[in-house]
Amino acid sequence: MIKVENLSKAFGTKVAVDDVSFSVERGEILGFLGPNGAGKSTTMRMITGYIPPTAGVARVGDHDVTENPIEAKRLIGYLPESAPLYTDMTVEGFLGFCAEVRGIKGADKAKAIDRAIEMCFLEQVRQQSVDTLSKGFRHRTCFAQSIIHDPDILVMDEPTDGLDPNQKHEMRMLIRRMGQSKAIIFSTHILEEVEAACTRAIIIDQGKVVANGTPDELKAKSELADSYLVSVSGAEAAAVRDKLGTIVQAAKVTLVNDKAPNIVARVFPKKGGSNGELGQAIFDTATQNNWKVSEIKQEEGRLDDVFRNITLSETETK
Amino acid sequence: MSNIWTITKRELAGYFNSPVAYVFLVIFLLMTGAFTFLLTQFIENKQATLRMFFYWHPWLYLFLVPAVGMRLWSEERRLGTMELLLTMPISLWHCIVGKFLASWIFLTLALALTFPIWITVAYLGDPDHNMIFTSYIGSFFLAGAYLSITSMTSAFTRNQVISFILSVVICLFLVLCGYPPVTDNVEVVAPRAFVEFVAAFSVIPNVEQFNDGQIDSRSIIYFLSVIGFPLFATNVIIRGLRA
Repeated sequence: MIKVENLSKAFGTKVAVDDVSFSVERGEILGFLGPNGAGKSTTMRMITGYIPPTAGVARVGDHDVTENPIEAKRLIGYLPESAPLYTDMTVEGFLGFCAEVRGIKGADKAKAIDRAIEMCFLEQVRQQSVDTLSKGFRHRTCFAQSIIHDPDILVMDEPTDGLDPNQKHEMRMLIRRMGQSKAIIFSTHILEEVEAACTRAIIIDQGKVVANGTPDELKAKSELADSYLVSVSGAEAAAVRDKLGTIVQAAKVTLVNDKAPNIVARVFPKKGGSNGELGQAIFDTATQNNWKVSEIKQEEGRLDDVFRNITLSETETK
Repeated sequence: MSNIWTITKRELAGYFNSPVAYVFLVIFLLMTGAFTFLLTQFIENKQATLRMFFYWHPWLYLFLVPAVGMRLWSEERRLGTMELLLTMPISLWHCIVGKFLASWIFLTLALALTFPIWITVAYLGDPDHNMIFTSYIGSFFLAGAYLSITSMTSAFTRNQVISFILSVVICLFLVLCGYPPVTDNVEVVAPRAFVEFVAAFSVIPNVEQFNDGQIDSRSIIYFLSVIGFPLFATNVIIRGLRA
């Protein structure tokens, strides 16, 4: 549904987006990750036709956004970063305007407004003027605008920004529900959101795509991925480290806590080894040495680690 | 067309949803009345004509029209709604024309509400109704010309005050470059041909045509181009903002 090919954008001499390519199909929810100023918003603005690309093509449906902007924009629902609204209108009036601009008239318009209001829980502020709304309601009103025409494609720039935890949860549920039948791109810098809602994630840094995969694939890139965290008592810290270090499948052992009674060690596996074997070996070592194991747990890897590693190392090399 | 009308409707509703519209209408009517009756002594002149009423319009509009139009695009930029509007499936031209029309309709309403003075003069004497009608047409075009310039200046900036001042300055130029007290003085230092060339850009002689009771195609072409060019410039500026 969305196909981005070698998209670049330069503002003067500053390159904001540099040769970015990816695609999103129906049923996919793509999480767009990156530090502030990485080029997330600029990329989204090029996809939605707000700013023209310096080079490359953004294709929406079958339409090139630059050459056929009106047709492309018809397919897209867009939630800009600041969730802008016309402050001199009521919620219903604003949604009505957006529907009309999108060519929804008469009875269909009333139906579309009702549907959007219901989906975004806006019933209680329906007749209220936009400038008296709280931030959460404003955000949801702008979101309602983006789904008023039930688009095939949704582009959302930080959809959960400024929402309280409950609203964030609702928003993620909504995104997931709609992701079943639409192609969705949303940007965020909250990593748990990616795990909660995305089928795929792209990390973008300094205008370049630096990682692209499912949340699980990305997590596997973490150093901590598949390492074991072991808590033992009745042992010396140094002994624990040395003994665990002798395990064949272990690459490295670090001590997370070296104060008795509860010593916590992290055991990193060798690349390509079987996970179950390492866990079993740790357990055997502990029994042989008469340590009391209070906890043994395998790490999945953490997205924020991956995110930090990728984006920081890029910055440092520059 | 229906897209333009959708935009126009929203803008018009925007005026009337805030007290600004009503405050403006009252001030507009007070000012036109005050200038006509106090400054040019409409009653004391004992002439059944609205010439004195229309005489002030190029000057009054200098402040009143930019006040109406200054928010056109600067407000969109300040609120960020421009991003919303320009990612909707409508062309930029529709937006520009739709917004311009809304303000023009609003100003036309203000102008139409001055009708009591027409009734007054018809009651007191026997005016040339044809001349009054063409003068209204001229005033309508004049408002459109100033408004189009304001549309352009409002696209320059997200600050309404700057947009207002820029627009006043440009409109003031269009008034003064053909205003006899100014041109007479400039003629002393500049060649006559140059003065006439610059004066040809002025709104004054073109408005005078209408005030004299004539609808001259040249004046209409003049106003249409003064409306068209800034709207075109608005388009270029907004495109430039995004590139």
